[in-house]
Amino acid sequence: MFIDLLKIELFKIFKRPRTFIAFGAIAVIILLVQFALKVNGKDFVQFYTDSQADTFDIPYEKILNGYFVCVAVLHMILIHVPLLVALIAGDMISGEAGLGTLRLIAGKPVTRTQLILAKFTASTIYVILLLVWMAVFALLGSMLIFGTEDLVVFRETDMHIMKSGDVLWRFFAAFIFAALALTTIAAMALMFSVFSENSLGPIVATVCVVIVFTIVQQLRVPVFEETVNPWSFTTHMLGWKGFFYVDKNAEGATINGSVENPGSLVRSGLILAGYIILFLLISIRTFNKKDILS
Amino acid sequence: MSEVIRVKQLSKDFGDFRAVDALSFTVGQGQVYGFLGQNGAGKSTTIRMLLTLIEPTEGEIEIFGMNLRKHRREILRQTGAIIEKPDLYKYLTAKENLRIFSRLSGVKVTDKQIMDQLDLVGLTGRAESKVKTYSQGMKQRLGLAAALIHNPGLIILDEPTNGLDPQGIADMRNLILHLSRDLGKTLLVSSHLLSEMEMIADHMIIIHKGRKVVEGVVEELLNPEKAMVELVTMDMPGTLDILKQSDWSAFLKDSINGTLRLEMNKSSIPRLNRDLVEKGIDVQSLRPMNTLEDYFLSLTKA
Repeated sequence: MFIDLLKIELFKIFKRPRTFIAFGAIAVIILLVQFALKVNGKDFVQFYTDSQADTFDIPYEKILNGYFVCVAVLHMILIHVPLLVALIAGDMISGEAGLGTLRLIAGKPVTRTQLILAKFTASTIYVILLLVWMAVFALLGSMLIFGTEDLVVFRETDMHIMKSGDVLWRFFAAFIFAALALTTIAAMALMFSVFSENSLGPIVATVCVVIVFTIVQQLRVPVFEETVNPWSFTTHMLGWKGFFYVDKNAEGATINGSVENPGSLVRSGLILAGYIILFLLISIRTFNKKDILS
Repeated sequence: MSEVIRVKQLSKDFGDFRAVDALSFTVGQGQVYGFLGQNGAGKSTTIRMLLTLIEPTEGEIEIFGMNLRKHRREILRQTGAIIEKPDLYKYLTAKENLRIFSRLSGVKVTDKQIMDQLDLVGLTGRAESKVKTYSQGMKQRLGLAAALIHNPGLIILDEPTNGLDPQGIADMRNLILHLSRDLGKTLLVSSHLLSEMEMIADHMIIIHKGRKVVEGVVEELLNPEKAMVELVTMDMPGTLDILKQSDWSAFLKDSINGTLRLEMNKSSIPRLNRDLVEKGIDVQSLRPMNTLEDYFLSLTKA
């Protein structure tokens, strides 16, 4: 029965035009970034290299390759994708309530827990497809347009250089981590959706929560740094960047296949998984007790 | 006749407000059971409890002889319903909607079965149209098809004629009668269109403010011989005195909004008129209330 429910949810998601807004938006944004970097890539790279001019001797043509562009694209758009995920997941229950179909499906011989899990799984599949779509445009597209070279990633205080043969697995891992992060957003939007009878509320609530916690994180105030930020999911959602920070040996040379802080990546992943479980449990409990009056 | 629905002392509170109050009734196999009440009487709340959309505060529900709480899935597999207006997925076609609702009921249907169902409700020609292009009447008929697609034994229809034009109401009525008489389905139908209920229901319950007012066989409740008679004269206090001092006092029921009501045989109405005129009372109107609507209003007013 669960598989049938899941098929129904996926069918409904991909029959709605709004679903494709996200795919369209991602394609357009990536193409715009790629176009801009193709035309004015030198200025973009110099913005980073100027701050490290004393130590820098790699020509910008080598830095501006497909991998670099893909990392730049991910930095720019992954922060906005939660809105696109919330558009779908926030509508899952509340949209049905608003449409008047919730009372029809809840009166069928399926449990409410199955309904929530099917909707959550469908949202997760949507997130994964969105990321695959992003990977096709951002990674494969950039590789085709800009070619491949060693990847240089700039941080505030230093930079990391990865051999071109040591890069693809990092993208793969980063996309999996991003899927986990966006699934957290989907679970939260679904939870808000259970409490509401119109789609707008859960979508706005999800985006507001992300914005508030992102601002708290960026304030870098000790009181928040010590209490909120270590547990805030927005902190850990950016964990995918960790796959592009490599470990170095005593001479300062990059160690192939390494990541700087694997423990931190695992911790972030576990915290995000914890949030997903928490949001799902709240959704299931609330939905099972809810009187459906819509 | 076996019982399909048995409701015992069912109550539902929303905060301090009691929407349904110790309601009990039974629906027998093959009946068209009318569920009557004014808006806000508790009909939809009761129906939602029958479909597990709302958790009862108190009471028990048995459907097909099984406890609804314990055997929810088995019961709902054999139940089809329209709850208020049938809002289906507007961005899908009729066929897609029916396929979804059959799957949700645990049944995989063929294209032919879907077309047969659409044929039953007269929508064959619009099978591939998106529901957003449908009129209210067509949506209502498609809602009924969705309720029937898994061939349930019990069909619950909450205000199925809401928003329909006269032709649509007639079509829905004929469909309900067809389901009952030709296909042997059991139907629980709520409606505020009492005249419609009179034409389709064989049993009925009237509820008011969440409580049962009366339950029984429609024909018996609408006994053609007996009637509640409304009497209006030029001198109501004088009329009341005369009636109280005569044999008519036994039939006197009550006085509401300046109207006297007597429960009596219709054949006695001319004699009542004659008696009053002979005693110098000018009778303005003497009207038997023998429609379900009259009966319903008389009960709920009281």
